Amino acid sequence: MNPFRTNPMRRVLLGTVATVSGVTALLALKPHTQTAVALPQTAASPTTPSAGASSPASASPSASSSTKSTKGTKGTKGTTTTKTVTGDTIQTRYGPVQVQITLKAGKLSAVNVLQVPQDNPRDAEIAQYSVPVLTQEALAAQSASINSVSGATYTSQGYISSLQSALDKSGN
Amino acid sequence: MPHAPRSGTTEDTRLRHVEHTMGTVFSFDVRGAGAASLRAALDAAVCWLHRVDEVFSTFLPDSQISRLARGELALSRCDPDVWEVMRLCEDTERRTGGWFSARYDGEFDPTGLVKGWAVERAARMLVSAGVEAVCINGGGDIQLHGGPWRIGISDPHDSGSLVAVVAADGELAVATSGPAERGCHILDPHTGEPPVTDLASVTVVCPGLTDADAWATAAYAMGGERARVWLEELPGAEGFAVTTDGGTWHTSGFGRYASGVRA
Repeated sequence: MNPFRTNPMRRVLLGTVATVSGVTALLALKPHTQTAVALPQTAASPTTPSAGASSPASASPSASSSTKSTKGTKGTKGTTTTKTVTGDTIQTRYGPVQVQITLKAGKLSAVNVLQVPQDNPRDAEIAQYSVPVLTQEALAAQSASINSVSGATYTSQGYISSLQSALDKSGN
Repeated sequence: MPHAPRSGTTEDTRLRHVEHTMGTVFSFDVRGAGAASLRAALDAAVCWLHRVDEVFSTFLPDSQISRLARGELALSRCDPDVWEVMRLCEDTERRTGGWFSARYDGEFDPTGLVKGWAVERAARMLVSAGVEAVCINGGGDIQLHGGPWRIGISDPHDSGSLVAVVAADGELAVATSGPAERGCHILDPHTGEPPVTDLASVTVVCPGLTDADAWATAAYAMGGERARVWLEELPGAEGFAVTTDGGTWHTSGFGRYASGVRA
């Protein structure tokens, strides 16, 4: 299923999803994946020690791809309507992920997670822990129009799931 | 349409940069100088942070601080920055009535002060290089120049939400201390134990991050009413706290910075 047949819409999706995926400290996207939807693997790594070692390597190519895609959103400015777009289902190492995004006047106003890995208890736990938390972060950062976040000192690892990390990636 | 009077300088020039060092992450957001000079100033500031880590890290066995602690390096042969930090630690210990301490197990350990000091200096380097607006976030503690800036204060009970927003336009530092994200890394210098406190986090707002960071640490260690009274009387600083039961309080002058506080 791909509701994005035209080029401009595709760019809207890519840009928006890139914001979300940037916000949600990304994960292992397959290089050929067309739509940049991602589950926050790195944020979940504290609960999955085995994933820790591979996280930094997979995070960096994903981050650069989101930067590139974000540039595509420039053409969407001035949009005044509310749009809901549903991303493709992406196969991640944890299972299928699909998100739906609501845009109001070109701004991200809601993120719904339609599908997350449920195959085994651990996957479900990871998804429940990471997806809702980071979705809230994205919205909190948007609504308050803030430039930076002060909070009790975080480590390099803690930064990955911090609101500051979301801001750095969204470019607000 | 009038032309921009100064070539190479546009107010729209803006750079963001994320740098990992000192065991944490530094986020730079700078704007308002020519692109080339902005990049050069940013590079210099990043180099400075790495230099500070090399000299002051207690985790690097070859740092000056580690060698000083082992008695392999005389204080007189240390970098003058080490003397400055040592003096600042002594000042801070005195101003906080001993609630901030740079002694750990009898050894000089300036870790609690160095990060704020390094960020404050990095921000000043950028300003002196002509950068108009600077926001540096070092592990959750922020130094600002120019602006306008809006700084969210993270909710210690829900790290994805904000409890308050501080608006700034000019030189201002915002530092928050608490056990929320790093486990309890603050000890009561009088007992050597984690402080018994009803505070989930304390934020201090004042011009420089060296002070803001160390004062927030001290206030967190003091806990409750003692912290509130101390911050209220501290000249040039304001405080905001979230308690373990989810309540908040702030000093009487905090309102002039707060652009939004959770009801």
